[in-house]
Amino acid sequence: MIEINVCIGSACHLKGSYDVIKRLQSMIDEKKLCEEVLVKAAFCLGECMQAVAVKIGEEEKVYSVNMKNVDWFFNEHIQKEVN
Amino acid sequence: MRKYVSEVQLIKYQVLREVARLTYEGTLEKEKNNIALLVDPGPDPRIRCCIYKERAITNERVKLAMGGDKNNHSVIEVLPTACDECPIDRFVVSDSCRGCLAHKCIDVCPVKGAIYFIGRGVYINQKKCIECGRCKEACPFNAITDRMRPCKRACPTDALTVDQNRKAKIDYDKCIQCGLCIVGCPFGAIMDRSSIVEVIELLEKSRTEKDSHVYAVIAPSIASQFDHVKIGQVVKGIKLIGFHDVVEAALGADFVAYKETLEFEEVIRNKKVLTSSCCPAFVSLIHVKYPALAEKISSSVSPMIAVSKLIKHLDKKARIVFVGPCVAKKGEIFQKDLIGITDYVLTFEELSAIIDAKKIKIEECEEELFDNASYFGRIFARTGGLSEAIKHVIESEKIDVDFKPISCDGVEECEKALKKARVNRLDENFIEGMVCRGGCIGGAASLYYGPKDKKKVDEYGKLALEKGIKDSLRIFDINEIDLHRKISK
Repeated sequence: MIEINVCIGSACHLKGSYDVIKRLQSMIDEKKLCEEVLVKAAFCLGECMQAVAVKIGEEEKVYSVNMKNVDWFFNEHIQKEVN
Repeated sequence: MRKYVSEVQLIKYQVLREVARLTYEGTLEKEKNNIALLVDPGPDPRIRCCIYKERAITNERVKLAMGGDKNNHSVIEVLPTACDECPIDRFVVSDSCRGCLAHKCIDVCPVKGAIYFIGRGVYINQKKCIECGRCKEACPFNAITDRMRPCKRACPTDALTVDQNRKAKIDYDKCIQCGLCIVGCPFGAIMDRSSIVEVIELLEKSRTEKDSHVYAVIAPSIASQFDHVKIGQVVKGIKLIGFHDVVEAALGADFVAYKETLEFEEVIRNKKVLTSSCCPAFVSLIHVKYPALAEKISSSVSPMIAVSKLIKHLDKKARIVFVGPCVAKKGEIFQKDLIGITDYVLTFEELSAIIDAKKIKIEECEEELFDNASYFGRIFARTGGLSEAIKHVIESEKIDVDFKPISCDGVEECEKALKKARVNRLDENFIEGMVCRGGCIGGAASLYYGPKDKKKVDEYGKLALEKGIKDSLRIFDINEIDLHRKISK
């Protein structure tokens, strides 16, 4: 199971993290990956400059995701891992 | 510069700040007795008989600021030295009495011999007086004064009595922890216990050990609390003292409004009346004075508990400190079915004391972003907000139910509605009850009370990114958070 942690702290929320979560969720549903991938909201990840801050599982790396690159992010970092 | 509503508030703040400072310095136990020398430098006393008595009172305040009597389950205590032993006899005849011919006071008195003519004036026999107040109303010279103790007058449940030494005494079986007596006493002789020492220790530990994330959950009434600085600056100050994140309690209010609407739809046919449950003092008021209505209380947890549950659901390392203008919230977290959900409660007063003790100048802080809830969650802070939120959910979800709310502003209005509901005479079918006047913005531990408080809350509400409750909750699975209380009290 891959866990995607999306920051919903104030800064990320204002930069559209709720939309990012919704988009990730719908991609998971479309691709029928509910068993493999889980999107989780997380309060402040401490990376407000990177808003919307996203972490994959326990990885240290922080991805800066927005509505423009969310599809790319998913395909590049999640889809590939699942396949 | 911050303005203080009274000297009582100022002294309380100074004590809290000094306790916080010494906690940071690690010398509290050793130096706690020096706090009184700082707060009451002398040589002349402020109002008491001597400087030594004032310092003794400050020492009692220090004890409460450090947590008070741990064996006492209540969060409110009387400071015995500070209680000025106000008169016990309620109605007395002053020298304005002219000894008139009509003496209506005697005519209206329902008790024979409780008020009588002697010489050139009337006198009240305190042993017979039933304190109905009719003589006072009848006197054309306003010669009869009502000297009811302010603490007793403020208490909605008659929990304040007098001990053998004429000191105020709280009957904890009746006390609903509303804190109105704290505001009522002009000698500052009743105080709430504080957890600042524990919170500071928790924050300092989390800096080094990294095994806990300490969250501050902030009540939406913050909108009207800080007159001299911006909310974003306060949020920055909170983060600087070591909180991992600052989250709006209003997000919990969004959850509660949604859940309570569904509950209303489900139960109203059978119950006929439902009451709100977000104000813990209102809930206790029903249990203590109107137990027959206890089954009408909504089973929803309060917004504070809802958001605490959400945070702990998302972050297993979370420890939660609620910050608000409320004394009753301090008691709420110790109710049997709620223990361990919200870990500590601070007042805005205590929060400022910690920030100041840490020598952080809020007015110089940059503004942090603060946005986790909808307009409707935010307006919970003032009377009428909850009812508007439920109405909004009913409309937006197109629920077919007849919702007739009465928003009770302050404890008197709450009691009026509850009395009607008790005898099935209430025209409305939903009682929104808040014990403090104006709602939480008039809370007993408010930093500031002003005529524009309600407007400030509404303006703050409108700044929220999410306009509706559904927008605010759209990323959460509501069913994952248990918003239902198992025990009513």
